Amino acid sequence: MSQTHQPAACPGCEEPLETGDLYCGACGYDLSAVPEPPLDHPTIEMASPVATASDPQLPYAVRTDEPVTADEYPPPVSASLDRGHPHPAPDPRAAEPDPDTHVARPPAPGAKVCVACRAGRVDDDGYCENCGHAQPRERDHMEQELGSVSAVSDRGLRHHRNEDSFALSSTALPDGSPAVVAIVCDGVSSATRPDEASAAAAAAANEALLAALPQGTHPQQAMHDAILSAAEAVNSLAAEPGQAHRDEPHRHQNAPACTLVGAVSAGGLLVVGWVGDSRAYWVPDDRATAPARLTEDDSWAAQMVAARLMSEADAYADERAHAITGWLGADAYELDPHTASFKPDRSGVVVVCTDGLWNYAEAAEEMARVTPADAAERPLHSAQVLVGHALDGGGHDNVTVAVLPFAVEQQGAGSAYN
Amino acid sequence: MANFSKSNVPQFSVEVYQNEFLPEGGREVNAIVTVASTGGGTIGAPFTTATTAPSYIPGQPPSAAVVIMVDCSGSMDYPPTKMRNARDATAAAIDTLRDGVAFAVVGGTHIAREVYPGNGRLATADSQTRTQAKEALRKLSAGGGTAIGTWLRLTDRLLGAADVPIRHGILLTDGRNEHESPEDLRSALTACAGRFTCDARGVGTDWEVKEVTSIASALLGTADIVADPANLAADFTQMMENAMGKEVADVALRLWTPVGVEIKFVKQVAPTVEELTDRRTEAGPRAGDYPTGSWGDESRDYHVCVQVPEAGVGQEMLAARVSLIVPDREGGAPQVLSQGLVRAVWTDDMAASTSINPQVAHYTGQAELAQVIQQGLDARKSGDADGATAKLGRAVQLAAASGNADTAKLLAKVVDVVDEATGTVRLKAKVAEADEMTLETRSTKTVRVKK
Repeated sequence: MSQTHQPAACPGCEEPLETGDLYCGACGYDLSAVPEPPLDHPTIEMASPVATASDPQLPYAVRTDEPVTADEYPPPVSASLDRGHPHPAPDPRAAEPDPDTHVARPPAPGAKVCVACRAGRVDDDGYCENCGHAQPRERDHMEQELGSVSAVSDRGLRHHRNEDSFALSSTALPDGSPAVVAIVCDGVSSATRPDEASAAAAAAANEALLAALPQGTHPQQAMHDAILSAAEAVNSLAAEPGQAHRDEPHRHQNAPACTLVGAVSAGGLLVVGWVGDSRAYWVPDDRATAPARLTEDDSWAAQMVAARLMSEADAYADERAHAITGWLGADAYELDPHTASFKPDRSGVVVVCTDGLWNYAEAAEEMARVTPADAAERPLHSAQVLVGHALDGGGHDNVTVAVLPFAVEQQGAGSAYN
Repeated sequence: MANFSKSNVPQFSVEVYQNEFLPEGGREVNAIVTVASTGGGTIGAPFTTATTAPSYIPGQPPSAAVVIMVDCSGSMDYPPTKMRNARDATAAAIDTLRDGVAFAVVGGTHIAREVYPGNGRLATADSQTRTQAKEALRKLSAGGGTAIGTWLRLTDRLLGAADVPIRHGILLTDGRNEHESPEDLRSALTACAGRFTCDARGVGTDWEVKEVTSIASALLGTADIVADPANLAADFTQMMENAMGKEVADVALRLWTPVGVEIKFVKQVAPTVEELTDRRTEAGPRAGDYPTGSWGDESRDYHVCVQVPEAGVGQEMLAARVSLIVPDREGGAPQVLSQGLVRAVWTDDMAASTSINPQVAHYTGQAELAQVIQQGLDARKSGDADGATAKLGRAVQLAAASGNADTAKLLAKVVDVVDEATGTVRLKAKVAEADEMTLETRSTKTVRVKK
């Protein structure tokens, strides 16, 4: 496996980095673009700025003020995250000395520097004072690791903002056994404020589950209710006069809307719930056994297949494939939350994702193939790899993946929770 | 009723209306910037109520200075009612002056003469000075030529002596600027631009529309026709009320653009069309200021069009930052009153990138309306009936489609409208000179987007 070098601080904004970070948590800098230093050099050489800056291929000098620590994990296959181009794409003009940049205030040490032109400071609105480029936003790339469950969300390569959202939580059932929740939402782009819709839905569903599960509500019922409260949260956005109404007049008529998929692992049960075309897949630890898709899309393609009007391949190849027939939002025809309960007999992981991922791994077998074998042990890493798979495929949509391990106790009782 | 909810410090707001979405390869970004100031002047209100005008606090130095320039050329005596009406109108304007405002009256012929108070000073308005000023008006008599540049230069000298933020002139003429060269007037306008604002009025029909509108345009004021001298008093009262409502002077629209962004044009589009592109003064790196004059309680719209460098789908950039600034009187850094952002976002969503913002569409139409009226009237004057019919027909169509009823009415006095939807018109054989001049003077008046 290839080793990727990782600096101790982000080359873009000097934010200290955690081992295994693929992006800077503060500015979203794509760390996979950081070139590998010569690993066989003595440590003192690695710490020298000259060693890296002398590389003629480098677009900028990488400073490694502290000795590079060895990666705790071998990092994800670096190629899987090596995007066609880092985003925002570097401004070609940045390479040439621009006469205008001489009069620009030189970036003060510690001030944020534009990720596109590397010459201008970033203003309070998040744009470069030199070239005007929008800077990465917090939501462009989000990662969370909570106990065993993890999620990663990315803007992708073709959309200007991330309209996906997710929420993770863990709580305990009345009997003290753990319950783990993962919710993933995908804002409907053709609606107003899809980013707010997805964030509101994920938060509302998560809170509803956190309230219901410890009270002993059956997880499937709790999931059903959680979808209803998520729908309510999205509906209430329609009433608020939003900024976006003015900014996006062509979307004027559409109430905020999003899809939702959630998975709960509690009391030996695996419960999924969904509205729309975001999905959950079951990927068993033992890859010899069959993986499965746990959700049925509310989409044009799924309806065509269900009605036997088209083959699955034809339906998903159609340009209408992604037209969804169910969503959360004030203009939804009628809300029909789907829930399903499973009792897996073996351990595995649930991959909870938006279509930004499953477009590049539609069948359950494909999803199992791209999910790392050690997904149950390293869910965050697996989520990163899966996001990387979508970006490699073209990253045409926002990508959000949650990986929720589900363990079946082999020796029966004896768990610390009992 | 006095409006207590308004503060005495004017609040400026900037709103940007645009479709920020561009298709792949798209480079042109259009935005309508609506600037509103509230709480400063209160047009109309303080003059009908007993409340103290907001900016004048007794004992404080006056915050405004106004000079009224009255045409006293020989032609003002034909008919003699013209001079009498001009005197009455000036008296009415003086009555509208707020207590404490510095003022003067200038009589204009081929030279400029101080009528009141004289000796290169300004008087401070109170009941006594108002009476004295009206007394002095009686001595006004017609005789001599017209050299407007000299009037403006005298006004500039008088206003320059006053240490007040709001400096305003009101100019009345009835004839052509015949006793100085057009260059003299132009250089006077250049010398006065930015030093005071000025409204200009043409009375009767013997004056040159382009002369009067160019004075108002250069000095950031309004231009209009008062065809019937009997209406002068009402018009002067209105103008003075407007001037008294001004609270903040020398406001500039500052446009900052990133490297690689080219400004195609900057125009005021409401309440009138005013080209500002060439009036830019550089203000630091990649920033420039466009003058907007003084502001009361009002709202104006600007159309900003810039060309951005190409970028890939999914990219977003700031195409321009629009701010309203007012210079610091102590010479420090200018104060930013409010600002808005013009953005560019590249998308492969055709529905998003192909839609046109309704405000942009509306004002593009209003600017074209002003232009085709000008072109149509010019064609008519030069005897090109076909060209005039085509241009004025298009104007009728645009005025009808955008709901600009005032302009539509003025057009109907110059052409016979056959079908306004298709812009089919016939030129009228006989057009009153006043109607044609009114249309030309008011061609730049726009209406706002129908809500």
